[in-house]
Amino acid sequence: MDLHSTHEQPTERERAVVDRALEGFAGEAQIPRDQLLPVLRAVQMGCGWLSPSSLGYVSARMHIPAAEVYGVASFYHLFTTRPSARRVLHLCDDITCRLRGSGAIKNRLSEQCAPEGEARGDVQWHRSPCLGLCERGPAALVVESGEHPSERAISLRSPEEAVSIALGGVSTSVASNNLVRQPREQLRLLRRVGVVDPSSLDAYRASGGYDGLRRAHAKGAQWVLRELGEARLLGRGGAGFPAGTKWSAVASNPARDKLIVCNADESEPGTFKDRVLLESDPFAIIEAMTVAGFAVGANKGYVYIRGEYPVAAERVERAIAQARAKGLLGEDILGSGQRFDLELRRGGGAYICGEETALLESIEGRRGEPRAKPPFPVHEGLFGKPTLINNVETLASALDVVLRGAAAFCARGTKDSTGTRLFCVSGHVANPGVYELAMGLSLRELLALAGAEFSRIQAVLLGGAAGTFLRGDEIDLPLTFEDTRRVRATLGSGAVVVIDDSASMMDVLRGLAWFFRHESCGQCVPCRVGTVRVDELVQRVRAKVPMGGWEQERQRLKDLGSVMRDASICGLGQTATSAVESAFERFDLWPDRHAKNNPESGRSSLPPAATPKKKGAR
Amino acid sequence: MREDKRRGRDGGLVQIERMIEVTIDGAKVRVPEGSTLLDACKKRGIDTPTLCFAPNLTPVNACRVCVVELDGARALVPACARTAEPSMVVHTDSERVRSARKMVLELLGSSVDMSATPNFDVWCARYDAHPERLGTPSRAPTVVDNDLFVRDYAKCMLCYKCVEACGADAQHTFAIVVSGRGAHAKIATEFDVSLPDSACVFCGNCVGVCPTNALQFRREHELRVAGEWDESSQSVTKTVCPYCGVGCVLELHVQGDEIVKVTSPSDSSVTDGMLCVKGRFGWGYTRDAK
Repeated sequence: MDLHSTHEQPTERERAVVDRALEGFAGEAQIPRDQLLPVLRAVQMGCGWLSPSSLGYVSARMHIPAAEVYGVASFYHLFTTRPSARRVLHLCDDITCRLRGSGAIKNRLSEQCAPEGEARGDVQWHRSPCLGLCERGPAALVVESGEHPSERAISLRSPEEAVSIALGGVSTSVASNNLVRQPREQLRLLRRVGVVDPSSLDAYRASGGYDGLRRAHAKGAQWVLRELGEARLLGRGGAGFPAGTKWSAVASNPARDKLIVCNADESEPGTFKDRVLLESDPFAIIEAMTVAGFAVGANKGYVYIRGEYPVAAERVERAIAQARAKGLLGEDILGSGQRFDLELRRGGGAYICGEETALLESIEGRRGEPRAKPPFPVHEGLFGKPTLINNVETLASALDVVLRGAAAFCARGTKDSTGTRLFCVSGHVANPGVYELAMGLSLRELLALAGAEFSRIQAVLLGGAAGTFLRGDEIDLPLTFEDTRRVRATLGSGAVVVIDDSASMMDVLRGLAWFFRHESCGQCVPCRVGTVRVDELVQRVRAKVPMGGWEQERQRLKDLGSVMRDASICGLGQTATSAVESAFERFDLWPDRHAKNNPESGRSSLPPAATPKKKGAR
Repeated sequence: MREDKRRGRDGGLVQIERMIEVTIDGAKVRVPEGSTLLDACKKRGIDTPTLCFAPNLTPVNACRVCVVELDGARALVPACARTAEPSMVVHTDSERVRSARKMVLELLGSSVDMSATPNFDVWCARYDAHPERLGTPSRAPTVVDNDLFVRDYAKCMLCYKCVEACGADAQHTFAIVVSGRGAHAKIATEFDVSLPDSACVFCGNCVGVCPTNALQFRREHELRVAGEWDESSQSVTKTVCPYCGVGCVLELHVQGDEIVKVTSPSDSSVTDGMLCVKGRFGWGYTRDAK
């Protein structure tokens, strides 16, 4: 391998930052490749950008070709390979924050600070895909690099506040008190949120923490696997794969080295439940992973938290350290002989890394490009080893199964959708937030809890950007896997975004189309080119300027949808047209049909300014 | 490089191959265990379009033009990468397959200049693809930064082949990668420095595997720009490289009295289609008047 590098020497600072990040590997001949993302992150935070000289030094220290280091660095949007300002404000520009006024903030920042993406002195701002702070949007992530780097996830109350923060002002918004508005006795997954101190292991144990692991140790691994199978727990990340099947597949693999990965790369627009669990009940995730390690015979685990969640990362990091100090991670846990430890990894800003195999690539220090399946991670996962990878909420639910048994878990929910589920309600509702509901309750009941004004609901986006739109008259739908499937919708990640009659559906669709165009990894043709073509098509419909006729545009959308669904490598491409197509199916959005058949209801396609506020329209 | 091939070349051992049976378009096909669906299609005499696939590289299944329908699978699967398993039932010409291939061709043709890609027109006709209905191709400029080959980015379809040939599949130089993401993804050196400033050793193996002619010999590029490139008048002569003792098989592409391009067959047991800078580009002396 040729480690040729033509770049200039690193600065003192760059050298120091890289050396500090690699401190633990001082004597080793070959630094493991999976340290690449942590090092890049350290340089980004410590130096403000990934310069040619710093990447050259990383390449030399880690024996990774310079071009490869650059390929990885340029993949993640929280890393930048161009000089940038010391303070960068990432303004959430996704569906909920747009509904809550991020557009006005965007304009004000352009006028009073700098054009998007340009560094002016200490100030710089970018549009960002969903930051997972939907219940308090419009939101921003403020990253300050240098000697004492910091990351703050904040909510912006006005364009003026945004300008002041971008210019260095201090945010007064509280960023991390997660509010639960439901009666405690109904809650399982959220029962500690907001009442048990997330920074205290003692508080966790006093509230029933580690009873699950103790029970697992007492009853044995086979019992855990059986209960999980009987609980019929379906994955809560979006795909709904039976968790028990996954656990059993890893458990029955004879390999000696197996791994557990917690997928905390929650990036689906409108989704923030995993963030709430990680921030407010971090020990539960650690305990759940320890139980998983015990059940499947793995003694190492990784928690991969998206780069946009600083509070969650900090709290989980601290919780891991506390658990380790008290012997709840490490050797002979609770005197059972179990050996298990955890490592926290942070994403670099890429929605695609929520796809399980892209996430594994990312941990391994590569571009987050999904792998071909098969082989599935349960056979060949992280570092080629059998790997159990579960979403945060799935792990929390599995712990609940172990704690109370399958029968108690199944007592709530329906036959095919057992247990409770977290829903992230945001958009045009009075009380946005995470709600825990027994599966089977209707969307109407959920929206009532969140304080939706039913007469004004135009649409509900269920399942995030990869989900489907429902009309205001479809909200009696029971929230289960089977009922949503019946109406060709999906619960997806549990995102529920309410859009009232003040919003333009075409504006909302443009936002979603831009999101996928921005987040496609670019590996396969259907998704890389298809997401661009869909975005262009949505723009044409929005501007009412068809390419050819509208009939051709309809055919084009249908063709793009089917090739992306059928021929993309991963779930991102396969679901990228789902929401857009469902909107065209359920709403009157084609300009020609509009004018001809329904002259009165021009509402959805008009810009918001011209929109009549019709009370009781539906 | 595929494992079975490497074994075949290195070992004197006779491998006992287990055969498995799959059904392709209604007919039973027996192939050695470890074969791909593409191998099985080939054995059945089915012509499958491929772009990112090459017999001497690891399949990356990025272009998706070879997708086939597999009973029991939710989405279509890439024939080039999917290993055949006993009793698989595969359809290569179903409505779903035809429509997906048509769309992949349209997506490619609408975003990349595929005019120099062998068979592209044939496939477009076969699948009734009309790329122009989706948009017009890229106008990215051609990068000419060395004497040996050029990079015509308008023709780059991001098949990853050049990256693989430069990296672990052949050359182990790792001078180029895919940088950026999504629609901004691009084959690049570190920070997009010129090839002479990068780790590139000019073996030209990237040129050898490029399916769209985005990577072109400098001489070919000059002749094309001058309107003098004439493939029909060229002869191809097989010979052995005169430089060292390895004995690489060369194919000299001659137009008029000039060698305009050198390739090596991908099924050559000596080269696997890969050459070094001398074998690939070092034939200028044949026209030295001295």
